[in-house]
Amino acid sequence: MTPADPTEIWTYLRQDPLLWLTATLVAYGLGDLAFRRAGRRPLVNPVLVAVALLALLLRVTGTPYQSYFEGAQFVHFMLGPATVALAVPLYANLRLIRSAFWPMLAALAAGSVTALVTAVAIGAAFGLRGETLLSLAPKSVTAPVALGVSETIGGAPNLTAVLVIITGITGAVVATPLLNLFRIRDWRARGLAVGVAAHGIGTARAFQVNETAGAFAGIGMGLNALLTALIAPLLAPWLVAWLTG
Amino acid sequence: MIVNLVVLLACQLAGEIAARGLGLPVPGPVIGMALLFAALILRPALAERIAPTTSALLAHLSLLFVPAGVGVVGHLDTLGRDGVALIAALLLSTVAAILAGVYVFLAVARLSGASE
Repeated sequence: MTPADPTEIWTYLRQDPLLWLTATLVAYGLGDLAFRRAGRRPLVNPVLVAVALLALLLRVTGTPYQSYFEGAQFVHFMLGPATVALAVPLYANLRLIRSAFWPMLAALAAGSVTALVTAVAIGAAFGLRGETLLSLAPKSVTAPVALGVSETIGGAPNLTAVLVIITGITGAVVATPLLNLFRIRDWRARGLAVGVAAHGIGTARAFQVNETAGAFAGIGMGLNALLTALIAPLLAPWLVAWLTG
Repeated sequence: MIVNLVVLLACQLAGEIAARGLGLPVPGPVIGMALLFAALILRPALAERIAPTTSALLAHLSLLFVPAGVGVVGHLDTLGRDGVALIAALLLSTVAAILAGVYVFLAVARLSGASE
């Protein structure tokens, strides 16, 4: 076999799923390394770092997103089973849920509806319309569910993915100073509210601050995924039409 | 391991079929999550069995949304044009949602006598 021209190798590789699957894992590995090097500061989010690196790589190599996704879809596929798997930590915290059932249910409803309605209303006030506003609606929900909700209500799932991550980082960064400012000392309330408003990234942050807050944040994230999936398809299209119509 | 993956995929599959078959607006995997939750309540032994698989999957949860996140390359013009509006909406809405959740939790805890 004669050695191939480097451009020929590249022509083969850029169309092969292997390259982009590997690139996705490497980029995330680098993001995770940066996150740990930065002392797990929420601002250095591994997903955001990985997305930035890969977007830059696609740009430099002139690769269309569709070719990239051919390889990355194997990772993307696991979102479905991972969403199903969220039932297990929810079940593990069943005793904790029962112990504060009514406060949790009320806070879940308040936080979930506030997150959706204020995001859409503020977006509309700033002049956002249609698909962009709908993409904003599920921004407080854990990513795998938010993507599904976004698609169901007519948003752009790719845009929602990035908005979800930025929301999580925002929640993780502001929660502690905000709640200290308001002198909130109940770790259950603090954790639950952060989990509802800022999903997994907020939950990871809550676990760093306090164990009880972390457990309640996880419950808040799981229950809000369920609640938003139920109410967003009814509420969001109507709200967007009413605000921008 | 294989059996555990089958349990997860079967729940998701049943969820997808239910969502499409009944025309539900909820994503199939979310119905799958509810089905697995119901199964765990009916068969508590199942939790211990599948926990290693689900923990491994959830430990790398954030990796799983990288491919979708990279799709932002197709929306860079939207982000450039509406960036300020989007950031304002995300920031203010997140603060509002956290405060609403906290204060409603505390108020209902006081009313129902479940306060610390």
